[in-house]
Amino acid sequence: MIHGPHIDWFALAAVNSLLAASALSLLSAVLVPGRWRRPVAASLCALGYATALGFAVALYVKSPHGHGVVVDAFRRDRLTELTGIIIAGSGLLATALSYRERMREHHGEYYALLAAAGGGMLFFVGANNLMTLFLGLEWFSICLYILCAIDRDRLGGLEAALKYLVIGGFGSAVLLFGSALVYGATGRLDFAAIGAAGNAHDSLLVLGLALIIAGLAFKASAAPFHMWTPDVYEGAPTPVTAFMAAATKTAALVVTLRLLVTAFPGDARLWTVALAAIAVCSLVVGNLAALVQKGVKRMLAYSSISHAGFMLIAVSANSNLGARALLYYLVPYAAMSLGSFAVVAARERELGVPVTFENMAGFGWERPLLGVSMWAFLLGFAGFPLTGGFVGKFYAFAAAYEHGWTWLVIVGVLATLVSLYYYLGLVRAMFMRRAEDLQLAPIGGSPPRDALLQAAVVTCLVVTVGSFFAVQPMIDLARHAANSLSF
Amino acid sequence: MTTLLILLPLAAALVIWVLPLNDISAGALALLAALVEVGLWIQLVVRYDFAQGGLQFSQQQSWFSDLHVSYHVGVYGFSVWLVGLTVVAMAAAIAYGFWVGRDRVRAYMGLMLFLTGAVVGVFTAQDLLLFYAFFEAMMIPLYVLVGVWGGPGRMGATLKFVLYTMAGSLLMLASIIVYGLSQNTFDLTEIGQSSSDWVFLGFVAAFAIKAPLFPLHGWLPDAYRESSPEVAAILSGVVSKAAAYGFLRIAIAKFPDPVQHYRVPILALAAIGLIYGSLLAFRAPDIRGVIAYSSLAQMGLITMGLFAVNDLGFDGAVLQMVNHGLVSTTLFLLAGMVERRTLTGELSRLGGMARGRPALATVLMTTGVIALAVPLSSAFAGEFLILAAVFRQGWGWSVVGAVAIVLAAAYILRLISALLHREVGPAVSDSALDLRPAELGVVVPLVACLLALSAWPAAITEHSFRHDRGQTDVTQGFK
Repeated sequence: MIHGPHIDWFALAAVNSLLAASALSLLSAVLVPGRWRRPVAASLCALGYATALGFAVALYVKSPHGHGVVVDAFRRDRLTELTGIIIAGSGLLATALSYRERMREHHGEYYALLAAAGGGMLFFVGANNLMTLFLGLEWFSICLYILCAIDRDRLGGLEAALKYLVIGGFGSAVLLFGSALVYGATGRLDFAAIGAAGNAHDSLLVLGLALIIAGLAFKASAAPFHMWTPDVYEGAPTPVTAFMAAATKTAALVVTLRLLVTAFPGDARLWTVALAAIAVCSLVVGNLAALVQKGVKRMLAYSSISHAGFMLIAVSANSNLGARALLYYLVPYAAMSLGSFAVVAARERELGVPVTFENMAGFGWERPLLGVSMWAFLLGFAGFPLTGGFVGKFYAFAAAYEHGWTWLVIVGVLATLVSLYYYLGLVRAMFMRRAEDLQLAPIGGSPPRDALLQAAVVTCLVVTVGSFFAVQPMIDLARHAANSLSF
Repeated sequence: MTTLLILLPLAAALVIWVLPLNDISAGALALLAALVEVGLWIQLVVRYDFAQGGLQFSQQQSWFSDLHVSYHVGVYGFSVWLVGLTVVAMAAAIAYGFWVGRDRVRAYMGLMLFLTGAVVGVFTAQDLLLFYAFFEAMMIPLYVLVGVWGGPGRMGATLKFVLYTMAGSLLMLASIIVYGLSQNTFDLTEIGQSSSDWVFLGFVAAFAIKAPLFPLHGWLPDAYRESSPEVAAILSGVVSKAAAYGFLRIAIAKFPDPVQHYRVPILALAAIGLIYGSLLAFRAPDIRGVIAYSSLAQMGLITMGLFAVNDLGFDGAVLQMVNHGLVSTTLFLLAGMVERRTLTGELSRLGGMARGRPALATVLMTTGVIALAVPLSSAFAGEFLILAAVFRQGWGWSVVGAVAIVLAAAYILRLISALLHREVGPAVSDSALDLRPAELGVVVPLVACLLALSAWPAAITEHSFRHDRGQTDVTQGFK
C-alpha cells in the first residue's frame, strides 16, 4: 500500500474552491436549461471567486510564518495569499464584466474556464518547485487560450487565440527548457534547494536562469517578449483582456520575484541587471508604440507592457523595499486595468464596433460616471497624484534609487513623460471633442443599462483612489508578504 | 485650520459634482464656498502671530512611515499672503465664471474649487511629496479647464501646456526621490540642506517652466490666449506664483551652495525674460498678448528678486508676487469683459471705449497705473525693493530692471490708449455697455486690495519673514 503525502487542505482551499466552481459551471452547461444557463454559471463562477477571496484572506491572517505544504511543492505564506487576494478580486470583477458580454453560446464553458484560470494562477503563485511552477503556468495558460477564442463571432478572436497559443507555447517551452537546465546543473527542483545547491558560476545554471526569466517575461508581457500582447488583447473578448491584464501580470511578476529571490540568490548581480534591461526595454517599446495606436485596446495593451517595465524596476531592486513596491503597485494597477477595460467594454457594447480614440469622442459627457472613472484610471496609469498609480511609481523609483540605480529612476521618469501624451490624448478625446464631430450612425435609444459593469467600475475607482490615501495599511500588508522572502 | 482651508473647496467640489443641482444653484454654491474660503483666510490672518513668525497652524499625520512621508501642512508669514492671493483671485474668477454662465456649470465650478484646494495645498504643504502631489493635482483641473472651455485653438494649447509643465514636474519628482531618500525624510521642516547641483537643477527645471522663465515659456502665449479669461487670470495670477513659491521655499532655502553656483545664469535668464517679455508685450497685437507677455516679464523680475538672496529681495519678491497676482487677475478679467462686448481682443479693432463708459475706464486706468508702477503704487514698492536688492549683486542687474520698468510703462500705456482712447474702433459698437454692477462686483474688490496694498505695502513686506529678516530665515532653510 502506498502512503500518500500529508496534504494541508486548508492551504489549497482557495485553489480548490475555484476548481469546484469550474466543475459546477461546466455541469451547468449540460444540466441547466438554456435561458438559465448564463445566470447560473456566472453566479457559480462569482461564488467560486468570492470563496477563494475569503480563503485567501483567512490564509493570509493564519500564515504569519510561511512553510511548504504537500511535500514542499506548494508554499503557504503571506506572499502567496496576498497575491491570491489580488487575483481573486480581479477574477470577481472580471466575472461581473463578463455578464453582459454579447455572446450567443458557450456560457457555461466560459465561466468554467474563467474560474479554472483563476485557480491555476493561485496555484502558480504558490509554486515552490519547478514542476509545480510549470504545471500552474500551463494550467492557467490553456484556459486563457480557449477563453480568447471562445466567442467565434468575434472578429480577430481566433487569430488572437492562435497567436497566443503559438507564442505562449513557445514561452512555456523556453521556461521548461530552462527548468531542465537548472535541474541538470543542481539536481534539485525545489526553489530553496536550488538556491542552496547552485554554483553561481556554473554556465548551465546561468543559461537555465536566462531561459526561465525569458519564459516568465512572456507571461508578464515584458519587452522584448511582448509580441503577442497587442494582438491578443485586441482580439480577445474585452472582459478576458481585462482579466489577463490584471491577473496574469500579477501572477507572473510575483512568481518572478519569488523564484529569482529564492532560487538564484547567488546570481543576484546577473539577474538584477537582466531585469533592469528588460524593464528599460519594456518602457521604451511600450511607450513609443502606444503613441501611435488608434485603437484604445491596443493602446492599453502597450501601456500594460510599459507597466510591466515599471513593476520590473521594483523587482530588479532585489530588496524588501522593491518587493513592497511591487506588491503595493499591483493593487492599483490591477484596479486601473480592470476598470479601463471595463469602460472600453461598455463603449464597445454601445457601439458594436472596436473602440478607437475617434469614437470615444464625447463619451465623458454622455456617460459621466464611466467617463470620470476612465479619466481617473488614465491619470493613475500616468502616475498622477490622487491615484495609487502615483504612490506605486514613487515606491518603484525609490526602490531603484535605494539599489543605487539613479539612472533607472531617470529612465522611468522620462517614460512617464512620454506616456502622458497618449493617456491624456484619450482624456482629450473623451471630454474635449464632441460626439457630433464623429458623424456616427445614430443608434437610437439610451445606452444599455449594465449595473454589474458599473458596480465593477466604481469598485475599481474606489481602489484606485483609495490606495492613494490608505498607503500605510497597504504597505503593512505588503511588508508582511515581502517578509516571506529572504533578501 | 490649514487643513480646513484645503478641504473646504475640495468638499464643495465633490458636493457640486455629486448632487444633481441646477445651473444657478451650482454656481451660487460654488461662489458661496469661495467666499467662505475667503472668510476662513481672514480668520487665518487675524489669528496668525506675525510677531513670532515661523510655521504656524501646522498639522501632521503620518502617511507612510517606512519612507518617512507624512501629511504635514502649515503656514509661514509669506504663505499667508500667497494663500490670500489664491482665495481672493479664485473667488473673483468663480464669480466671473458664474456671471458669464459657462456650459456644464457643475463640472466647471467643481473643477475651479478643486483647483483652489490644490493651490492652497501647494502653498501650505510642508512635506516634499505632499507638495509634489498638490503641485501635480493643480494640473488635473487646469488641463480640463483650458481644454474644454477654451477657444478654438484649445487642443494644441492644452497639449503644449501639459507636456511642458509635466516635463519639469517629473524631473522634480526624480529630484524629490533622490533628495528625500538621501536625507531619510521628506519633511520640509526637518530635511537638511543639500549641495547637490543635479537635485537643485531638477527643482529649478520644474519651477522655471511653471513660472515661466525665458526660454521655457513656449506654452505661455497659447495657454493664456486660448483659455477662458478667468482661467487665464488664475494661470498667470495664481498658478505661476506656485513656481515662485517653490523657488523660495525649496530651491533657495534648501540648496545654498548650488544657488551660489547658478545664481548668475538664473539672474541672466530672468533678466532676459524681463526685457524680452516687455518688448513682446509692447508689440503684441491683442489685449491678452500684452498681459501674457507682461506676465513673463514680471515673473522674471520676481525671480531676480528671489535670487538676489537678501532681505530686500525676498520682501520685494513676495510683495510683487501678490501685486502681480492681483494685477494680472484683474487685467485678464477686464480683457474678458471687453472681449464679451466687442467679440475681439485685437487692439487694432478696438479703441475709444472710455467714451460713455466711465466705470470701465476708471477700473482699467487704476489697474493699469498700478501695473506700470507709478510711485506710491504697491507695484512701485515691490519693484523698487527688487531693484535695490539686485543692485547689491551688481549694478548692471538694476539697470536692466530699471529699463524694464520704463518698458512696462510703455506697454501698459499702449494698452490703455488702444482700448480707451483714440477714435472708436470698428469692433466697438455704440451699444456696448459699460461694466455692469455684477462685473464691478468682481473687479472692484481686486482693485481695492491693490489700493490697500499701495497704501500699506508694509503689510506684506514686514509680515512675511521672522523678525523681518528674510535672508537669515530663508538661508537657514526656515528652521
